Amino acid sequence: VDVEILSRIQFAGTIMFHYLFPPLSIGLGLQLFLCELAYVRTKNPAWEAAARFWTRVFAVNFALGVATGLVMEFEFGTNWAAYSRFVGDVFGSALAAEGIFAFFLESGFLAILVFGWDRVGPKMHLFSTLMVFLGSMFSAVWIVVANSWQQTPAGYHIVWQDVQGEMMPRAEITDFWAMVFNPSSVDRLTHTVIGALVLGAFFVASVSSFYLLRNRHQEVARRCLSIALPSALIFTLLAGVSGHDSATKLVETQPAKLAAMEAHFKTTAEPTGLYLFGWPDAKEETVHYGVQVPYMLSWMVYGDYTKPVPAMDKIPADERPSVWLPFQAFHLMVGMGTLMLVVASLSCWFWYRGSYEKRRWLLWLVVLMPLAAMTANQAGWVAAETGRQPWVVYPSVQDGVEMMGMRTADGLSESVTAQQVLSSIILFGIIYMLLFAVWVFVLNNKIQHGPETVEELAAHKRSLEKKSLPEAISQGGTSHGSMMDSEDSQ
Amino acid sequence: MSYDTLTFIWFVLLGVLLCGYAILDGFDLGVGILHPFIAKGDRERRLVMNSIGPLWDGNEVWLVTFGGALFAAFPVAYATVFSSFYTAFFLLLTCLIGRAVSLEFRSKVQSPVWRKVWDGGFFLSSFTAAALLGVAGGNIMAGMELGPKYHYQGSLFSQIYWYPLLVGALTVSLFALHGAIYLYLKTEDELQARVRKAITPLFFLFASLYMIVTVVTWWHVPHATENIAANPLLWVVPALNALAVLNIPRAMYLGKPGYAFFSSSMVILALASLFSVAIFPNFMLSTIDPEYTVTLFNARSSQQTLLIMLIIAAIGMPCVISYTVIIYWIFRGKVKLDPHSY
Repeated sequence: VDVEILSRIQFAGTIMFHYLFPPLSIGLGLQLFLCELAYVRTKNPAWEAAARFWTRVFAVNFALGVATGLVMEFEFGTNWAAYSRFVGDVFGSALAAEGIFAFFLESGFLAILVFGWDRVGPKMHLFSTLMVFLGSMFSAVWIVVANSWQQTPAGYHIVWQDVQGEMMPRAEITDFWAMVFNPSSVDRLTHTVIGALVLGAFFVASVSSFYLLRNRHQEVARRCLSIALPSALIFTLLAGVSGHDSATKLVETQPAKLAAMEAHFKTTAEPTGLYLFGWPDAKEETVHYGVQVPYMLSWMVYGDYTKPVPAMDKIPADERPSVWLPFQAFHLMVGMGTLMLVVASLSCWFWYRGSYEKRRWLLWLVVLMPLAAMTANQAGWVAAETGRQPWVVYPSVQDGVEMMGMRTADGLSESVTAQQVLSSIILFGIIYMLLFAVWVFVLNNKIQHGPETVEELAAHKRSLEKKSLPEAISQGGTSHGSMMDSEDSQ
Repeated sequence: MSYDTLTFIWFVLLGVLLCGYAILDGFDLGVGILHPFIAKGDRERRLVMNSIGPLWDGNEVWLVTFGGALFAAFPVAYATVFSSFYTAFFLLLTCLIGRAVSLEFRSKVQSPVWRKVWDGGFFLSSFTAAALLGVAGGNIMAGMELGPKYHYQGSLFSQIYWYPLLVGALTVSLFALHGAIYLYLKTEDELQARVRKAITPLFFLFASLYMIVTVVTWWHVPHATENIAANPLLWVVPALNALAVLNIPRAMYLGKPGYAFFSSSMVILALASLFSVAIFPNFMLSTIDPEYTVTLFNARSSQQTLLIMLIIAAIGMPCVISYTVIIYWIFRGKVKLDPHSY
């Protein structure tokens, strides 16, 4: 197996594993903030119990996001050295901005969010929660900007540099804001963040519904559902709208990706249909077992059901992405999105009618929905990233001048061998499997344990007031250990 | 601002980020290295881990931002250095992941076996990370087998020989000392007394390694002293370094542990500055042909990017420093266990 395949597998594996955590951090961050806001406004201890509980879940998830994100920050350099040299001038500044504006904000205020409950006042704590949420949003902004620039580059030019006698190209910034607001960044960012918010909303709804099914922590669960269910509905609707916007722009910016996602092989004079599902076969340029809605793709892309959409045959043969994977990933994402929309609508309807809790089948469905949301988030990125192959940086036209792109195969590290990549894949494969098991185990532990009751919380507060603060904290670990599973409760 | 000035500023700023990382994560790693030797019993182990509990994550961001800034300001250096250290770097990442999850998961389950395993992971990953950082530094100091067009021709095994290993040992001892002084500040009673007893031998271990590495660098890496020889004013750096080293036992003797911690931070700052002075203007010296060397000038980004980055840093860094200070202030004082602790 060659270095290219291995490096791509490695990047795909490490980024997909990493992407289990940040969307949950973003989405759960908002839910946590809303719970805490409700607490600060109403002073109802049930809201505080909810916020403290989600904080513990958040912390576990966040730690893994940081740990696996560290790998991503350096993997461009280790595995994709030629790519890094080519794009560093442009891509690097977005990545550095992410570090300076987002990571420090998140990790700093995370300390107060997680460890500061008994050290700062409720308003300062709420502010810290907001900062952590904003930090995770900024992080999404800069990384999606960087990724979008590769898909639809703007604000740069190609400069040839003499490297020990050989002229080598690299991309250099000409206009920072044009780079930031490149043609796809706003759409893709919106869609990515909404996808994360959907996950967060369904995650909270799922755990809360689970408690209702088990007749535990009902008060906290109902309160959380009153936020989570409406936000799940709003965000799934918005995900559909923003996804549609993103997809329609592809016909201009990345027609090959659109053709791959829709398995649209041959351009015809007739209007183009939309496959609901199927089994694309790139060799025979056809879709087996496909079910197609006629006119639909033309209508969705152009708002005109008579106008044909250009197909893969308009793309030079050596610039075509594979079709099967982007097609299936894209359809999986849309399918999951539709499922979530149905479940969110039903849940909100029955919630509004006051009969949500009686419909156990629906509660169970909601319990499963975070899996659908995670699948949709992952599948969306798989479609986006496989659909842009063979380019790691798309070629583009800037002010009438054609700019070269970079093929994924040309971006590799020259000095890294297949064996090195393979051993790092095996190493990280083992580590990540262990991490995943531990994450599921600890998360399950936290959820099974659940939020403390209002009485437990009140007892904890009284003990803090009775003694001087530092003394109370030092004893809190033992005398109130039953409050948290970290001490003696297991 | 001229292109060369910007380039120089970014070299210095990267030095600042690296120093920030080494000083802040240095004590985290040190605490991890000392953890199995200093802490007896579960309560003490938790105290030791929680002394860095709210802080280690923010400290690690300095490394991440260093990586991002290197990528943006000197992409060729980012690409060449990280791909050359491929295997070593993945080991380092493994350690950093291992440390993060050991901290996060250790106290989440009551079983002694579970806790023992994560305790072991916490020590091993902290120790190896510190050593690998030193080994990488030693290789950069000594130069590496960099061929034409930034193709690195060595392997992990050509990176592990006596000189980088010595620098690795120096780094481990320095971080352990730094971490011990930090723990002394954060702990009380018996545990603190045990930490106090460890500081003196750790100091002598570090001081002897410091002298050995200084001497062998003089002899093995002759180019390291060229910049200092050319600019005698730079003698201030090693002089301050030596003073800071000597000030650690003095401050401890005077009963001013805060001052001792400041001194050990200054030792790290001075060593990192010496390292920067020694390698300037190279990021990676080729031992095959100086023409293949990655320097500030063939690695840098365009003038405009360096300027944009400087603006980003000018807006961002004051914020970063202000909330770092706020957080250290909120979590000042002796470490206590509470229901939110690890």
